[in-house]
Amino acid sequence: MEPVIRVENVSYTYDGGGPGEVEALLDVSLEVMGGEFVAVIGHNGSGKSTLAKHMNAIFVPTRGDVFVLGMNTRDESRLWDIRQTVGMVFQNPDNQIVATTVEEDVAFGPENLGVPPGEIRRRVDEALALVDMTGNEKSAPHMLSGGQKQRVAIAGVIAMRPRCIVLDEPTAMLDPVGRSEVLATVRRLASDEGIAVVHITHFMNEAVLADRVVVMEGGRIALRGTPREVFSQPAMLRSLDLDVPQVTELAYALRAAGAPLTRSPLTVAELADDVAAIVGVGRGGGQS
Amino acid sequence: MNGTMSDATSDAVIEVRDVCYTYMRGTPLARQALTDVNVRINRGELVAIIGRTGSGKSTLIQHFNGLLKPDSGHVLVGGRDIWRKGVALRDIRRQVGLVFQYPEHQLFEETVVADIAFAPRNMGMSQANVDEAVREAMRVVDLDYDALCDRSPFELSGGQKRRVAIAGVLAMRPEVLVLDEPTAGMDPRGREEVLGEIRQLHEAHGYTIVLVSHSMEDVARFAERLVVMDGGTVAMEGSAREVFRRREELVNMGLGVPQVTALMAELAARGLPSTEDVITVDEALRALLPALLGASGRANEGEREGEVGA
Repeated sequence: MEPVIRVENVSYTYDGGGPGEVEALLDVSLEVMGGEFVAVIGHNGSGKSTLAKHMNAIFVPTRGDVFVLGMNTRDESRLWDIRQTVGMVFQNPDNQIVATTVEEDVAFGPENLGVPPGEIRRRVDEALALVDMTGNEKSAPHMLSGGQKQRVAIAGVIAMRPRCIVLDEPTAMLDPVGRSEVLATVRRLASDEGIAVVHITHFMNEAVLADRVVVMEGGRIALRGTPREVFSQPAMLRSLDLDVPQVTELAYALRAAGAPLTRSPLTVAELADDVAAIVGVGRGGGQS
Repeated sequence: MNGTMSDATSDAVIEVRDVCYTYMRGTPLARQALTDVNVRINRGELVAIIGRTGSGKSTLIQHFNGLLKPDSGHVLVGGRDIWRKGVALRDIRRQVGLVFQYPEHQLFEETVVADIAFAPRNMGMSQANVDEAVREAMRVVDLDYDALCDRSPFELSGGQKRRVAIAGVLAMRPEVLVLDEPTAGMDPRGREEVLGEIRQLHEAHGYTIVLVSHSMEDVARFAERLVVMDGGTVAMEGSAREVFRRREELVNMGLGVPQVTALMAELAARGLPSTEDVITVDEALRALLPALLGASGRANEGEREGEVGA
């Protein structure tokens, strides 16, 4: 299967040769497949957003190449196709709303693509259903909660039928309820709709839900793997000043103190299962 | 930061009594945001206000320094009703320093020093005093005066910008510092930096601090008291331990508890005899380790490191 996004040995320098020259990406390679949910974590300045902006040709690499469904982002004649293939959602929901009703906002993208009106109606209804906002067609976006606004922004991208959605800290300005609404939506897009999802976040409990986690530091990929592989290295993450979920940290400390825990739990239920098995309460027991 | 609260009858720095507030009152869009709210902030406390968006947290803290006027009820700062005739709101706003969400969006001056000096200068402080206040505020939030004074605030890191914004409020020498989601939108490093700073303000400099937070893990680590808002009323109040004991109610309000608290509750439900009062990773470690080591000791006399560290 062809990856939706292929990043090959990409380096990117801001203000190359100028006084503010910064090497924001250094030899980064990454592939994202359709239906895959990839979380990218790392500090401000680690290169996360610069990487994201390469995925729909907002930036083109200083060295290396980025391919979107095989189209090189350097190829300006394909820019339109690339942008239609990869949709972006940004941090601040208020900056992304353009219309006075939810349905007009979602229709904005397809209208610009010249999609016929009947088809637009269908896409808008479908997109709103996908983000669980059916019934809010006539609502004024500014009256919605942050999580709802962000879901409308996602619907606006979905209505353009992209193969990939790149979300640059879409939950940073939301409260926990809004965050979990957006996360549930994003996961569904990957698992049910087969869309490739690249989710940039500062929240480790969101990264835990991804298929794959990429940790950026100093413009490079410092660590990558499944959430369990990545979060089983709390010392490494801490050396990068990143958090680990409390249960992962607890399991690590328990193991360091001699407790016979084997895996790195990612959720409360997993650690509860493991502890219960050892001390012989709840279901089962006796395993060591 | 000792004030002069002559006519205060108690240790309360801020008292909100039976306050009701409605946005756009008298219009078809009227929405009641606070209903009979009573809250006390005592001198020297670090209090966290939690609640989901729309629960009334931000409306409440805007009553603390008179940015909003209650429809009914009273707000007392240092024992004085701030809406009584003759009370200068300017003094109240100096006593109660309010740091908004994303305060760095409000930075606007050309240099760090000019930005921090803006409020005290505006309040008519003399140049010498302004200068002293700026230096002190920067020292308190760990910003190096000599290195940063002439820099543009816009070229600083996110954590530094936010500390400049906080210093701008501290330069007014408030008695209470009220922060609305001080770590919102920050990366983990910036969050730790700002939280460390707030704790330092409280512990080393004696500030009374009120902060609005969405992170149960953070408030469990260092708030002395929690006020839980729900639907415009105070739903719970107490220590983090007391509040997090009421897990189901919190979940029903769209809030949660720290992961380790949820873990211990889950284990208790499965029959592990233990307390549910665990709210930090260290506490969970101490609570679980004996049972885990005991079990493994019975299973095999394996090697074991004695160190209990985190």
